[in-house]
Amino acid sequence: MNLLTKMFVTLVTLFITLPALAQSAESEGRSDLNLRTGVTDISSQVYDLHMLMFMVCVGIAVVVFGVMFVSMYLHRKSRGVKPANFHESVKVEIAWTVVPFIILILMAFPAAKTLIAMEDTSEADMTVLVTGSQWKWHYKYMDSDVEFYSSLATQQEQIKNKFAKGENYLLEVDRPLVVPTGQKIRFLITSDDVIHSWWVPDFAIKKDANPGFINEAWTNVNEPGVYRGQCAELCGKDHGFMPIVVVAKTPEEYKEWKAEKIAAIETAKAEEARLLAMNMSMDELMVSGKKVYLAKCAACHMPNGEGLPGVFPAIKGSALALNDRPGHIDILLNGRTGTAMQAFSKQLTLSEIAAVITYQRNAWGNNTGDIVQASEVHTYANGK
Amino acid sequence: MNQSTSNNPNTKLVTKLVVIVFGMFTFGFALVPLYDVFCDITGINGKTNETAVVYEATDIDRSRLVTIDFITKTTTGMPWAFEAKTKQIQVHPGELNQVEFYVRNPAFRDIVGQAIPSVSPGTAALYLNKTECFCFNNQPLLAGAEATMPMQFYVDPQIPEDVTYFTVQYTLYDVSAAAQKVAEAQAEASE
Amino acid sequence: MSTATDTIHHDEHDDHHHHIPKGIKRWLFTTNHKDIGSLYLWFSFIMFLTGGAMAMVIRAELFQPGLQIVDPNFFNQMTTVHGLIMVFGAVMPAFTGLANWLIPMMIGAPDMALPRMNNWSFWILPFAFLILLSSLFLEGGGPAFGWTFYAPLSTTYSSDSTALFVFSVHIMGISSIMGAINVIVTIWNMRAPGMTWMKMPMFVWTWLITAFLLIAVMPVLAGVVTMVLTDKYFGTSFFNAAGGGDPVMFQHIFWFFGHPEVYIMILPAFGIISHIIPTFARKPLFGYASMVYATASIALLSFIVWAHHMFTTGMPVAAEMFFMFATMLISVPTGVKVFNWVATMWRGSMTFEIPMLFAIAFVVLFTIGGLSGLMLAITPVDFQYHDTYFVVAHFHYVLVTGAVFSIMAAAYYWLPKWTGVMYDNTLAKWHFWASLVSVNVLFFPMHFVGLAGMPRRIPDYALQFADFNKWISIGGFAFGLSQLIFLALLIKACRKQGEPASDQVWDGAEGLEWEIPSPAPYHTFETPPVIK
Repeated sequence: MNLLTKMFVTLVTLFITLPALAQSAESEGRSDLNLRTGVTDISSQVYDLHMLMFMVCVGIAVVVFGVMFVSMYLHRKSRGVKPANFHESVKVEIAWTVVPFIILILMAFPAAKTLIAMEDTSEADMTVLVTGSQWKWHYKYMDSDVEFYSSLATQQEQIKNKFAKGENYLLEVDRPLVVPTGQKIRFLITSDDVIHSWWVPDFAIKKDANPGFINEAWTNVNEPGVYRGQCAELCGKDHGFMPIVVVAKTPEEYKEWKAEKIAAIETAKAEEARLLAMNMSMDELMVSGKKVYLAKCAACHMPNGEGLPGVFPAIKGSALALNDRPGHIDILLNGRTGTAMQAFSKQLTLSEIAAVITYQRNAWGNNTGDIVQASEVHTYANGK
Repeated sequence: MNQSTSNNPNTKLVTKLVVIVFGMFTFGFALVPLYDVFCDITGINGKTNETAVVYEATDIDRSRLVTIDFITKTTTGMPWAFEAKTKQIQVHPGELNQVEFYVRNPAFRDIVGQAIPSVSPGTAALYLNKTECFCFNNQPLLAGAEATMPMQFYVDPQIPEDVTYFTVQYTLYDVSAAAQKVAEAQAEASE
Repeated sequence: MSTATDTIHHDEHDDHHHHIPKGIKRWLFTTNHKDIGSLYLWFSFIMFLTGGAMAMVIRAELFQPGLQIVDPNFFNQMTTVHGLIMVFGAVMPAFTGLANWLIPMMIGAPDMALPRMNNWSFWILPFAFLILLSSLFLEGGGPAFGWTFYAPLSTTYSSDSTALFVFSVHIMGISSIMGAINVIVTIWNMRAPGMTWMKMPMFVWTWLITAFLLIAVMPVLAGVVTMVLTDKYFGTSFFNAAGGGDPVMFQHIFWFFGHPEVYIMILPAFGIISHIIPTFARKPLFGYASMVYATASIALLSFIVWAHHMFTTGMPVAAEMFFMFATMLISVPTGVKVFNWVATMWRGSMTFEIPMLFAIAFVVLFTIGGLSGLMLAITPVDFQYHDTYFVVAHFHYVLVTGAVFSIMAAAYYWLPKWTGVMYDNTLAKWHFWASLVSVNVLFFPMHFVGLAGMPRRIPDYALQFADFNKWISIGGFAFGLSQLIFLALLIKACRKQGEPASDQVWDGAEGLEWEIPSPAPYHTFETPPVIK
């Protein structure tokens, strides 16, 4: 076979086997080659639409390339053919303008139908507020006080190739969003800083989180399970490290979970009050503080406290950590406007804040000897 | 060097093209107010009126209710506590209502806040008419101070029958730096 | 297609008029369209290799899961500057270089209409890129917000390199605008007598339309990049919600520029292919008038589809529908062009020299990119594709196997005319086949990882994407290395090492540029030919 024939045969084989491959690799519900059908009626419709478009495109490609390759074989000078001289035909031009146009119209109908269904957020059974920030998600259930941050749970050592990578590497979080199956769930999506995007492939939901504005999306999950997604809009350094995990439970299990969480809020409040009255030792504060630091601060300020020059300031040797104790507490509680430094009063308990401030004031050679207790932070937090 | 064409046809054409270039540059900036006008008319991006609307005793449509959810949020670096005292309200279109929002500044510095509302679905924004809102102006709070801010509104009776529910989110920003610049400029101007 | 009479005589001005200047002064002060064309082409190739080196850094990091080579912040700088360099430093200057070399010869004009502005158009480019590249060495690093620089990531949350980025983009924009004005005036006013609009070669037509797109949208880019500057440094609130602005408005204004921009980067390619296929099929281009109208339709439609880049921003359904339908519509004139190329081949008498191989590869692979574009146009499914590697696959197919392959095809096609020697055919064959195979190993699997759920602009990924990413990276390294073959070939040809080329060069070639000697004399068509 000459080269051209080989090329032709390869291409045709590819185009014929590709769709088959795509279908077959799908057995685990998650494909390496193709979109998934997902777990909602909408995601299933989206998948079907995708396969339809794909087949139409493959069909067009096979026809066009087929004609081309046949021509390259038959109409070669080395075969001794003389070139024809025709170079225009209004009929043909009209034909290959109108026929594609008709194909497009046929494609447009199912597309429009699915789109209208996807954007109808009315009559939801429950609403979840989703807030993106650098670099984690925050979820709040509209009908209760349950709210929490959801951050990447993969250890830094795995990312730095010191430990082996777990099965859900980069797709696991400390506190997943929990939702019930069989109910229409509305998501109100916004951002605290830059544009993020909330994407769960199994629900076929992707909606940008715009700062200062809310966007809506909805889903109705058919099957219990764990569904993983990622942030889908470049949002800075750790854009690739703020995944989304949604756990869908049966309505009974969801009710149980919800009740647990609400009870836990009460317990946490009591615990906090208890801790306020306690004094922790320097050692205890340093151990706890280091844990908090590595989990919450090191992403920007680096494990060695030196920050990223020009981007994130160093804490090692900084004026705030060495001298300005009230300023240090203030910036941790309240953040700093116009920068990526967030108000951690909303994310950490008073004892955690006290511990991490103590750690920062004593680690990396800062050695101020300062001990900050939860009660002191509590006083500042309440404006006294 | 050989110049086989006269300059006149070139100059005229070049001038026309340069005019187009400057025109398109202006158009780029004109897109800004155009975008605002378009969004105002259609409500597409969920923005509401930025100056107070006067309430004329319109026909109150008692045949239906519209449910409104109020959400509050603060942004990175804005430490205020911010809460809607009424989280959900059901109103008749045309009826004047008031809801209140609680704020507290726990920081050690005076902060000027600016609340930015956003309505979802966006098209419902057209029908939310605010007659009084803390979001119309900067709101200063001294260190440690707290306040209750009212928001008075009515839902336009023209709101389509199928819109029975929408959400209003207020995002609170710390605009102290910008507010100070404005104050300084005004102080200078009045000297 | 146009035909020429015999009223062409070899220019003897080199002998008695003046000498071609020598040394660095020649290149710094030249107003000659051939010299400036060569400057643009070499500059674009150097930028292609520089942007390519950044791609190598990206692919090296993505070779395996985990962070091995660079930190995420630097990775974001690499993806950003890779995009900026390839768009503004490689593809656009290459097409401008081809325009400079070819348009005057193709229309029988002695040079471009505004030769001194032409010199400035080129020389501000290296200056602009020096500024952009130097920003990488600032303390906070270079721009890291993607070549699309969405606000507020690029305003409130960016480093101070943003100022240099803005300045650099302004200069690139001015260069493009001046170049476009030059092209329009040249084509409008300096065609040889008898060359009516519908006798112009296709490359001239596509560049004329491209030039109009450029003067329409580059100023909008200048506007939006200025707004980013003022939002960041001068307290304006175009895109800042706190001040009453809207970050989504940035995207509207940017993509109003951005979408026509991608057509700016492909229309000249269409023109090139419309020259090469008829030559090697030995048959006139099928449907010349249709091709002109299709190109114009694509250009006009390109203004009303911008929001298909923004389907996930929270647009109302009516807007999503409009942009979906308008975008689908563009595939009609584009399809017409592909069909016309195939019809040109049909019942021709084809030979497969390197330019033809690149042209055929273009038709096949650009069409694949166009079809994935059609899939992306379908809004409900775009929600799954947007910001994943499926999009990365799409635009690399249309830009690399599309635009870049057409530029390479053009280089091979016209090199003998420019240099007077045939390129080394062995090196060329190696370059073509190595590039063809490696570029597909590089970009085809990206469709799969994108569908499987891998987002774009991430330095590290979940384990299920590892196998494909490994192959993609291998394809990337191979593609990069293959371009060194091209470099060697170009150096050889520019040194005039090779078989002397005839004036006609290619058996089926038609057009005024094939009626002058190879290499083309420094000054050509000082007396315009008369076209019958």
